[in-house]
Amino acid sequence: MMLELIKITKYFHRGSVNEVLALHDISLDVGRGDFVSIIGSNGAGKSTLLNCVAGCFFPDQGVIVLDQRDVSKWPEFKRAALIGRVFQDPLLGTCASMSIEQNLALALRRGRRRGLGRGVRFEDREMFREKLTHLDLGLENRLQDTVGLLSGGQRQALTMVMATLARPEILLLDEHTAALDPKTGQQILDLTQRLVEGMGLTTLMVTHNMHQALRMGNRLIMMHRGEVILDIAGQEKARLQVDDLLARFYTLKKEAFSSDKMLLV
Amino acid sequence: MSWYALLGAVEQGLVYGIMVLGVYLTFRVLNFPDLTVDGSLPLGAAVSAVAISFGVNPFAALFLALGAGFLAGMVTGFLNTKLGILHLLASILTMIALYSINIRVMSGPNVSLLGRNTVLDLFMRFGLPGYVASIILFTIISLSIVVFLVWFLHTEFGQSMLATGDNPRMITSQGVNTHTVIILGVGLSNALVAFSGALIAQNQGAADVNMGVGTIVAGLASVIVGETVFGRGGVLRAVVAALLGSILYRTAIALALSMKLGAFSFTPSDLNLITALLVVLALTAPRIKARFFP
Repeated sequence: MMLELIKITKYFHRGSVNEVLALHDISLDVGRGDFVSIIGSNGAGKSTLLNCVAGCFFPDQGVIVLDQRDVSKWPEFKRAALIGRVFQDPLLGTCASMSIEQNLALALRRGRRRGLGRGVRFEDREMFREKLTHLDLGLENRLQDTVGLLSGGQRQALTMVMATLARPEILLLDEHTAALDPKTGQQILDLTQRLVEGMGLTTLMVTHNMHQALRMGNRLIMMHRGEVILDIAGQEKARLQVDDLLARFYTLKKEAFSSDKMLLV
Repeated sequence: MSWYALLGAVEQGLVYGIMVLGVYLTFRVLNFPDLTVDGSLPLGAAVSAVAISFGVNPFAALFLALGAGFLAGMVTGFLNTKLGILHLLASILTMIALYSINIRVMSGPNVSLLGRNTVLDLFMRFGLPGYVASIILFTIISLSIVVFLVWFLHTEFGQSMLATGDNPRMITSQGVNTHTVIILGVGLSNALVAFSGALIAQNQGAADVNMGVGTIVAGLASVIVGETVFGRGGVLRAVVAALLGSILYRTAIALALSMKLGAFSFTPSDLNLITALLVVLALTAPRIKARFFP
């Protein structure tokens, strides 16, 4: 197993009137090389689950094992050595005031000591250029340009490259195409597919889009109110249609939720 | 303004310029408004003056001041990151604590260096007049620090410092402990400020507990004037602009003080008002330019 979550529970604002049970006794095993898409309505706990793995907060209960190591007590920056992340907000994954090559160099040293050697090494430039060429955005000729000059889509593409530059044990994608226009979003998804398959990365991808969740990955998880209510993998997942997904959801939860935002397919 | 007054302003601009480079590091690189400097400048002055009066070599005394400033800055960084105190408040707390500490260090509100050897005396052995020697020495030192900072900010660690100020969430997800970076960064900044204070004390022949009042304002004014006049751009440009901004700022102050309009003239007590007006002017200059000279 690449990632094991064992009985994870997380409350927000515990003990106050705003108390929310964000993750309720979640146990999940993700195998090496699995690509899991995670869907669910707003507030279902999808992003919380990802942030919990990333170490943005510590769960109230439970154990997180990543690549055979118990990382439950590791702070976020320490776990980052094992994790590549792409956020929903394209501005979050890069430093606007720094150049493309400086951003890439920062990402290349993920999980390594940063000393007084040169930040951007001459010999790395060629590799950066080659990685950017695959994006087909012309960024390979703009290594010294400030990232703030790039569009949201270009920045998200750059973030994807950065997240996978130093090979991560697990890749966490948090609605990473939601803030982009459909065409750019599709390009980022294609890039995701290419990078994940090319490197055989273990991936968790949160999405609001059922079609996306069905098309991508070999396993699908549906969350609702902090629990995993559906977990389908392999052949069964490949045959799954949007209608099946909705029907499964209805039968499982037996709730009227026609107004639910999840139905934005 | 006399030639002599201009030279004096340049000299002040250079020696305070080292402090400005420290302020640039917190204010612009780390995005950390740091008021510790009002305490760490006199701390550097106090440490070096006391060290010299104990017979320490004046150059060695500068490095003692550097270390003391580094510790003071680390305290502010620690209060902010590990104890979760708002950066502005954390720095104010260190600043007021340093007031007491500085008096302890000097066993009184000031220490005179009268009759003591300073770095300038060592330098003047070459037979240069005092005001020329100080300008040459301060130019050498401040330019060396410019070179050091530009180099440092291009190292792996320096780059993660820039990223910490720009996008802390991003750099955390790239495996950097922003707490460490902030503690060391604010430390380095205050080391420079204390170093500047030590040079000032040796130059004027005394350290005084009140010599730090208004340091942060002068520092910010210089950084902002520099940016307005010389532009922001990359690290090299920003660092050089900060030093030149310091010289411009001191020159502008000297100009204002030498100005006479009939019976009216400014007095040193008007300095704060002039500084405030100068910063407002520098901050609004881009807007005024865009509005009237498109």
